[in-house]
Amino acid sequence: MSKFAVKDHDLVPEHALLTPEEAEEVLKGYGIEAPQLPKIHVNDPAAKEIGAKVGDIVRILRRSPTAKQSVFYRLVID
Amino acid sequence: MTVPKRIGKIRFGLISPQEFRKMSVVKIITADTYDDDGFPIEMGLMDPRLGVIDPGLRCRSCGGRPGECPGHFGHIDLIAPVIHVGFAKLIRKLLRAICRDCSKLMLLEKDKKMYLEQIKTLERLGQPTDDLVNKVFSEARKNKTCPHCGAPQKEIKFERPLSYIEDGHKLTPSDIRDRFEKIPDDDIAVMGMNPDTARPEWMILTVLPVPPVTMRPSITLESGQRSEDDLTHKLVDIIRINQRFQENREAGAPQLIIEDLWELLQYHVTTFLDNTVSGVPPARHRSGRPLKTLSQRLKGKEGRFRGSLSGKRVNFSARTVISPDPNLSINEVGVPMDIAMELSVPMVASARNKEVVKTFVARGPDRHPGVNYVTRADGRRVKVTDKNAEEVAGQIDIGWRIDRQLADGDIVLFNRQPSLHRMSIMAHRVKVMPYKTFRLNPSVCPPYNADFDGDEMNLHVPQTEEARAEAEILMRVQENILSPRFGGPIIGGIHDYVTGSFLLTHGEKPIYHKDMMEIVKKLQPSELPEPRGYLDEKPYWTGKQVFSMILPRGLNLNFKADFCYNCDVCRGAECEHDAYVIIEDGELVRGTIDAEAVGAFKGKITDRIIKQFSPSVASEFLDRMTLLALRGIMYAGFSFGIDDEDIPREAAEQIAETTRAAREKVQQLIAAYNAGELEPLPGRTLDETLEMRIMQTLGKARDSTGKIAGRYLGLDNSGVVMAVSGARGSMLNLTQMAACVGQQSVRGERIKRGYAGRTLPHFRRGDLGAEAHGFVESSYKHGLTPTEFFFHAIGGREGLVDTAIRTSQSGYLQRRLVNALQDLEVKYDGTVKETRGMIVQFQYGEDGVDASRRDYASVDNVKRIIKNVLAKEEQI
Repeated sequence: MSKFAVKDHDLVPEHALLTPEEAEEVLKGYGIEAPQLPKIHVNDPAAKEIGAKVGDIVRILRRSPTAKQSVFYRLVID
Repeated sequence: MTVPKRIGKIRFGLISPQEFRKMSVVKIITADTYDDDGFPIEMGLMDPRLGVIDPGLRCRSCGGRPGECPGHFGHIDLIAPVIHVGFAKLIRKLLRAICRDCSKLMLLEKDKKMYLEQIKTLERLGQPTDDLVNKVFSEARKNKTCPHCGAPQKEIKFERPLSYIEDGHKLTPSDIRDRFEKIPDDDIAVMGMNPDTARPEWMILTVLPVPPVTMRPSITLESGQRSEDDLTHKLVDIIRINQRFQENREAGAPQLIIEDLWELLQYHVTTFLDNTVSGVPPARHRSGRPLKTLSQRLKGKEGRFRGSLSGKRVNFSARTVISPDPNLSINEVGVPMDIAMELSVPMVASARNKEVVKTFVARGPDRHPGVNYVTRADGRRVKVTDKNAEEVAGQIDIGWRIDRQLADGDIVLFNRQPSLHRMSIMAHRVKVMPYKTFRLNPSVCPPYNADFDGDEMNLHVPQTEEARAEAEILMRVQENILSPRFGGPIIGGIHDYVTGSFLLTHGEKPIYHKDMMEIVKKLQPSELPEPRGYLDEKPYWTGKQVFSMILPRGLNLNFKADFCYNCDVCRGAECEHDAYVIIEDGELVRGTIDAEAVGAFKGKITDRIIKQFSPSVASEFLDRMTLLALRGIMYAGFSFGIDDEDIPREAAEQIAETTRAAREKVQQLIAAYNAGELEPLPGRTLDETLEMRIMQTLGKARDSTGKIAGRYLGLDNSGVVMAVSGARGSMLNLTQMAACVGQQSVRGERIKRGYAGRTLPHFRRGDLGAEAHGFVESSYKHGLTPTEFFFHAIGGREGLVDTAIRTSQSGYLQRRLVNALQDLEVKYDGTVKETRGMIVQFQYGEDGVDASRRDYASVDNVKRIIKNVLAKEEQI
């Protein structure tokens, strides 16, 4: 069976790994600590695919019925 | 002062006799309460060390005054142990699980170890251990001999309420306690208890705590007699029996008497704890009323938990039946005089308002905006009566607080249960009125979901300036016209207001001067618009002009009315039905005002006014609309009766012909089916296809009968006016009344249940025809045949059951949703966070938009802005 890339699926939103600088900026922008972010598990197929490690922050771009596109961040946890 | 403390954790366990003694401030030995001089007796039930309730005294234990001192426990040493009723069942389980000789849990050591580990795992995972512990008990009980000491076990019979009989002998509480004391700590853990906090022998009471007097205050009656609390009465009983027991035992009374007294002590302690134990006759007051003892104080709807802690009575509130009054503003609420004279608003006398305050006080409590109570600067409260009003008014000084009776213009909160959304509680201005009901403008019924068939509503009076300001700014009715649910107006005309607006504004009927005056009277206009024209030299106006009088200048709006026929080609402004509304600069140029324009949940005009002007302008518009619409419907005259469902003979014939044709068509379909000529629809069986085709045919037939009836029922028919304007009912309802009720269904199918192969004995087995499966050809007006009536009842019952189930289910669903979401908060940066500060959404609703504050992202807005700018340039 050929390997299936989760990110190619229509219903999986775009996941992107943030650089430490970007992550810092996001946290500063919202004035929060990393643990206050929503979480994503390291073993999440989408997280695995982009090579996320515990402590990383993932940016998720979703199609939204109200705002066309919405940005979401998740902290990678164990 | 007590320091506020933070609760770290709560642990449940049993309380030990040592613990009881440690927290006790006094040992109670006499059953007497007060001596002849009215002073509490030391070591009696009202010992001053137990706390204070009499004002002016100080607590002998903590030195606190009444209110400050929380009260302190005392104790009674019971002469013989008694069983705590609450643990009767658990004691039985324990007795059966442990050896009668060595008191060890009757399981092998390895099994104990296994169970203990399982219990620990479950506890670590935070899961209930009940099932496992029950298994331990049932396993241990199975042994006929003790696996540890080999002693043979005897069956222990439990007799309600509190006897444990082993081998024909009753076990005394002492026996049980002895056995429990010997249980090793390790075995207790296997039975799901923590030996440090819950030794089984503590379930047998040897010391009884005496609750503080603050928990059982005695009341001094008007006659000067003291009346004691139920708990005190019970404690007196316990002490008396305890003493008699001791005396008898010391005197060496016969065993029989001792046993009787022991039983009696057990009875009193039992009823002290719980007076509703089955098998124990409830202890009664001298009057025959059962005593309210400890567990009765906690249990049930009126108990401490449900009655006092999670639900409380509220001061400064009122409740009565509601009724409509269109002359009130939507921001007002009519309050009965009786209620206004009972509720009050605090006022503090200052240099500025001293004289005003005095006039209020001088009126006393019986002349309306009066005063019920006065609080002096030192905090003493004085009841104002008719007699002392003048005197108190003279004494009024700066810093005094008066409780002024509710008067016109006060801000109050108005509420109707179930409070499902925030519009269920809104702030209104008081209007004091005669009679006994709360009055409200019928336009505010939709947000409360209220009607006047006996509904009651609650009213609360905010007591501080901050509360009033907050209520006025955030909770006023006019601030809640737009619903946060869909961003449209939830407040607006209903029923007759919609009909009235429709009748007034439809067409260009001339209204002459006299009628014009009647219609606009309530609006109190300073001048009339220019007459539309002259007929026989008499000036006339039109309903559109009248309605324009309540529209604000500068309002521009185009939309299709609710009764728009959705023609294939919309002719817009040239609409032949007058269904295209054009408002230019606050002038209704064309179109008819109906539900789409002013109705609740729709209200295009209301919506536009709020967004373009302000909520105040909108509330003014709604107030004037309700007045005008009522005049409109009264001017036109409006009624609906049985003869409004009459249709001409030729229409009735056409309808009969249509239904006959439909029945024939069904017969043809059945014939085709029987002949095997019916083509199945894709993905359907032949049977399903037939059913669908029949349903389709009959549905069409009903619709076309409706159309026929509709042709003969025009806008001169009240029912049609109501349906078309969106006031009430639909054309379908009219069709059913005048032409044909149509197919009755159960679960979306024709009615098939009943006898073998047929729905009723009136039909042949296997009859697939229309009338055999619930097609009602008659109209409600004409009346149903017996079989039709029966089928209709079947369909009707399904509808009722459905609504009953739906309301309860959606109510529970809503409750769970609200419980889950109630602590979420939209912060100033647009993020949604919960109480710990964890982010739930980065932008509220992903776009950060408040539905009730937006103005639809439509092209119309751009067009309107351009138009406004151009108009302004032109002026310059």
